[in-house]
Amino acid sequence: MKTLTRQDLAALAKQQASSPAEWIRVQLDTGGIAAGADSVRTALEHARVEQKRPFSLLRVGSVGYSFADPVIEVQSAGLPRILYGRMTPELVPALLSEQFDGGRLLEDHTIATRKRSLTIDAPVTHILVRDTSSDIGNKTAFFQSSFQEELKRRGLEHVQVVRALDMGIYDEGAVVQLLPSPVTYTNVLAPDVARIVAESVEANRVIDDLIWKAPDKQTRIVLRHSGQVDPDSVDDYLQRADGYQAFAKSLFELSPEGVLAEMKSSALRGRGGAGFPTWMKWKLTRDQPAEQRYIICNADEGDPGAFMDRSVLESDPHAVLEGMMIAAYSMGASQGYFYIRAEYPRAIERVQRAIDQNRELGLLGRDILGSGFDFDAKIRLGAGAFVCGEETALIASIEGKRGTPSPRPPYPSVRGLWGLPTAINNVETLAIVPAILLKGGEWYAGHGTDTSKGTKVFAVTGKVRNAQLVEVPMGTTLREIVYEVCGGVLDGKEVKAVQTGGPSGGVIPEKLLNTHISYESLQELGSIMGSGGMLVMDQGDSMLDVARFYLRFCVDESCGKCAPCRIGGYQLMQILDRISRGRGKADDLPLIDRICHAMQKASLCGLGQTAPNPVISTIRYFGEEYQAYIEGGPSYARKIKRAAVDAATAAPSTAPVSS
Amino acid sequence: MITARINHIEVQVPEGTSILDAAREAQVNIPTLCKHKDLLATAACGICIVRNKGGNKLIRACCTPLEEGMDIATHDKEIVDVRRSTLELILSNHPQDCLTCARNGECELQTLAADFNIPMESIKRYVHDVPPDCSTGSIIIDFTKCIKCGRCVQVCQEVQDVWALSLLGRGINTRMAPAGDITLAESPCVKCGQCSAHCPTGAIVENDETPDVWEALHDEDKICIVQIAPSVRVTVGEAFGLPPGTNLTKKIYAALRRLGFKAVFDTNFSADVTIVEEASEFIERFVHKRGALPLITSCCPSWTDFMEKEHYDFLDNFSTAKSPQQMLGVLAKTYYAKKLNIDPAKLYMVSIMPCTAKKFEISRADEMYASGHKDVDVAITTREFARMLKQSGIDFLNLPDAEPDSILGDYSGAGTIFGATGGVMEAALRTAYYYATGEKLEKVEVEAVRGLEGVKVGKVNVAGAEVRVAVAHGLANVASVLESVREARKNGEELPYHFIEVMACPGGCIGGGGQPYGVDNERRKLRIAGLYADDRDKAVRCSHENPELIRLYDEFLGKPLGPKAHKLLHTRYTARPLYKR
Repeated sequence: MKTLTRQDLAALAKQQASSPAEWIRVQLDTGGIAAGADSVRTALEHARVEQKRPFSLLRVGSVGYSFADPVIEVQSAGLPRILYGRMTPELVPALLSEQFDGGRLLEDHTIATRKRSLTIDAPVTHILVRDTSSDIGNKTAFFQSSFQEELKRRGLEHVQVVRALDMGIYDEGAVVQLLPSPVTYTNVLAPDVARIVAESVEANRVIDDLIWKAPDKQTRIVLRHSGQVDPDSVDDYLQRADGYQAFAKSLFELSPEGVLAEMKSSALRGRGGAGFPTWMKWKLTRDQPAEQRYIICNADEGDPGAFMDRSVLESDPHAVLEGMMIAAYSMGASQGYFYIRAEYPRAIERVQRAIDQNRELGLLGRDILGSGFDFDAKIRLGAGAFVCGEETALIASIEGKRGTPSPRPPYPSVRGLWGLPTAINNVETLAIVPAILLKGGEWYAGHGTDTSKGTKVFAVTGKVRNAQLVEVPMGTTLREIVYEVCGGVLDGKEVKAVQTGGPSGGVIPEKLLNTHISYESLQELGSIMGSGGMLVMDQGDSMLDVARFYLRFCVDESCGKCAPCRIGGYQLMQILDRISRGRGKADDLPLIDRICHAMQKASLCGLGQTAPNPVISTIRYFGEEYQAYIEGGPSYARKIKRAAVDAATAAPSTAPVSS
Repeated sequence: MITARINHIEVQVPEGTSILDAAREAQVNIPTLCKHKDLLATAACGICIVRNKGGNKLIRACCTPLEEGMDIATHDKEIVDVRRSTLELILSNHPQDCLTCARNGECELQTLAADFNIPMESIKRYVHDVPPDCSTGSIIIDFTKCIKCGRCVQVCQEVQDVWALSLLGRGINTRMAPAGDITLAESPCVKCGQCSAHCPTGAIVENDETPDVWEALHDEDKICIVQIAPSVRVTVGEAFGLPPGTNLTKKIYAALRRLGFKAVFDTNFSADVTIVEEASEFIERFVHKRGALPLITSCCPSWTDFMEKEHYDFLDNFSTAKSPQQMLGVLAKTYYAKKLNIDPAKLYMVSIMPCTAKKFEISRADEMYASGHKDVDVAITTREFARMLKQSGIDFLNLPDAEPDSILGDYSGAGTIFGATGGVMEAALRTAYYYATGEKLEKVEVEAVRGLEGVKVGKVNVAGAEVRVAVAHGLANVASVLESVREARKNGEELPYHFIEVMACPGGCIGGGGQPYGVDNERRKLRIAGLYADDRDKAVRCSHENPELIRLYDEFLGKPLGPKAHKLLHTRYTARPLYKR
């Protein structure tokens, strides 16, 4: 590879990205591969070679639809880009012959686009249908045959009616999407079928009383390249994702102060959880007189159920690296570290490749792009301690010491890694940086709320219909995320509570789901934003068990350094376990309160201070459940346990989207 | 200077002063379990929390520097409540067997619990069932009593550079132990006992051998004899409420006689012998160029242990002269026994030392049996000695003065300063100067090697030649001194030092691991001052002028470094690398 120059980057900026005419992108992130994406890719590769098909087979990261893994995206002549979920190698021959030869889509695997068109600009070629009501009696097949009959009656058999895997719209009755435009109709009833065919398919007119105008709730800034670019290819990033243009702009058009000013106007706050203004962190580090400064990317994501950082690193490692390089430039750091947990081998591999590619291109090293700026990055692996996500513990870990937090001040921006000024940013924060530099801080600040700007990625899991990564502007309500983006609760049950912020967060009961998400609003409810884990719980979930689950996590992960966390967490766990066996005592709740208070106030680091949050918030909102255990005694506890076992064995919950 | 308010009282302190220290300026004591005056804050216990400007967050006073304009509250209701809850949590993880604990009455946790008047246990007690580590014979670790304050680990790793103790595991299973959960004896431990001197509870204590001593004292077949180390005379008073540095030499002699010892010797005497041997060695090496330079002192058993494990490339540089304890032991069982016509097998030598490693030294090598018997039968620490005095019913402080047995008891001022860092060097220089020049030093005080600086260096003109000396105390200070010698050797340059003194414990023996609890630099200074005062008051201030010593060489030993002296008073060292470098 030849060294990249400033002129090369400038030329790339003007160049129109060219993509092959026909391609298939396989989303190869950890989730996809676990679901079988590798074998799908192999089957596609075999078929491509054997059948001498002209399409290009590309590797990309994940678009975030974890519920539909493995996911592929297909571009064939004459058709819009189509996403397919739940792919298997066995489906490959059918896919190729149907779509590439016949221009037809695969039944039951097509995922409707979340784009919304309000006019029909081209003749309709495909109709996606799906009954999205969560009550019993799926009418998808009925609508499919109704459409087929109606089309046949009018001699429009070339229009294919496809049962979709997911429409991106939920509880809106039968939903229909007309391609290629794409126009979406909701709450379609049987009599509407003829109307749709006559008006929309034949006459290309939209039907105003059916059309779904609400735009997608999601705004993709962090995930802007996820599923779009090849994470293993710097060329792809350079050519198709404005790669390193923001970095070049920082170097040659903006001074370090200019970068800080742009970041300040974006009002971006750290996405690791605490929400400290990013520009200020950089400035504090910059203002420290020092020969050497460091930038660390904190990728020690460890909250149960959270996988935002992993997905971003696996899907768009260059964006994170570029963000780090810009940060380094703004504060005068010449060395960066990625602190990635060892349980993320694929993320490690992809980041390492990105670093290697950049070194070869001269984007890392001495005198980058002839600017005089020196910077290099390397990876340090986290050995599986949750507390090493705490910045002072993380620094100790990189230094080869026992990963325990140290008192702050001094803050790392004053005395960090090897005693030198250090800025530590979360993966998501760094991934946003190039976008801000390219489009401007004002643009970024146009998203979100007054105090919390921009978007936030959440990993929504638990009893939710479509577990996935979502990226929404700050200020979106929890209810919108759970119901409108992710389709509500599995099996049509009701949400009982949503847990945010991982083990440091708290539960938010259903009645407060209309809360607009911001750092402050979640804190007021006794939870936190955290790094973005979001666990949905239904009516069958015991809040005592939820509290025990998260507390157990913190008790296991406590570094053991300070007494309130080390002993308090353990003793709290003992008391909760006792209550769950029906052996609680009347004065247990005041004692729990006292221990929680001591942990919150006297623990040294965030882990200990926030570890009681799940307990406190479940008592705050569901105190009667605790009371019932204490008053009901062992017989009550046995009854609850038996009911839970019965529920689990009676109806194993299958994901309803494929039913 | 920083101006701020603590409990509404304005205080002015230098920048960087912690809130904990600053509070004392306002006559406020903020309780803490983990912060030791000697050490950096570990921020582990969570007891010292305070509040700034009525904020919601509580901050740790031990590790937060006072800042301009702070308005600190140290004892509001919430703070005291949280402190109490935290203390209760710590107690719930502690066996609470205070009555049978070696620290009973001297324990920081016990004191705090008493201050807080914890009325009853509301939190169920949970204590790991782990057997104590008694593997070294010097130090006993009772893991169940450990509150994980991290002081011992810091002292072992940062101050002593020994790395025997670490914190292992996590969560409730966090434990202080040698890395890899091996025994202390298998670890790099050098038995200095600084861990026990800094432990706030009874988790690390000296191996109490007072029962053996009582047993021997009551045994009619044994003739118990005793020696007291230089530093013990100025520290034992602390156990009886006297200020540090109070010299109780003569009361100690009297008490020992009342305890039943048949002869009372002073290790200061054998310190003089050590100096005569060591100074002779130095002259051999420096003037006559026979043997390796720099000469390095070897009277500290923790240091020799450390050297054999970590710096064994300096084996040839070590003075082969035994430590004063061992010299007195062997002289008592040979010279004294012969002179008084006693069967040395009946002699039972007890040494009272500031040090836990002395327990290890008495059986360190074959040479420790040079008399044909175990030269020193048992070594007890100052703390054990104080307990014996209390058990004996002796009104220690009001005893009339007494004298030691003159045969091995009289000492010079040079002998007594052995107990302070730099003392051995100073004493050796006084004698070496005489040996080299035949003249007496005009001013015997060598100021350059005094004080609590971690590494002290100085130059002394001896017969026209410049003698460069270095003194290190606290084992972590050794590496830089030895490294500079290694560097010079490698590059074929002139040696930076000709004579090096090392004491394992900060401050030397007066800061030893077996001394009364609560040591910090203030106390070290007072204890050292007590020794220098003893030196100043002595008529004889150079070891070679000690009349008893001269008689010993005339009657028994012959010449310094002579065959008999060599047989009885010298030892060897062997490399025992723990880890490959």
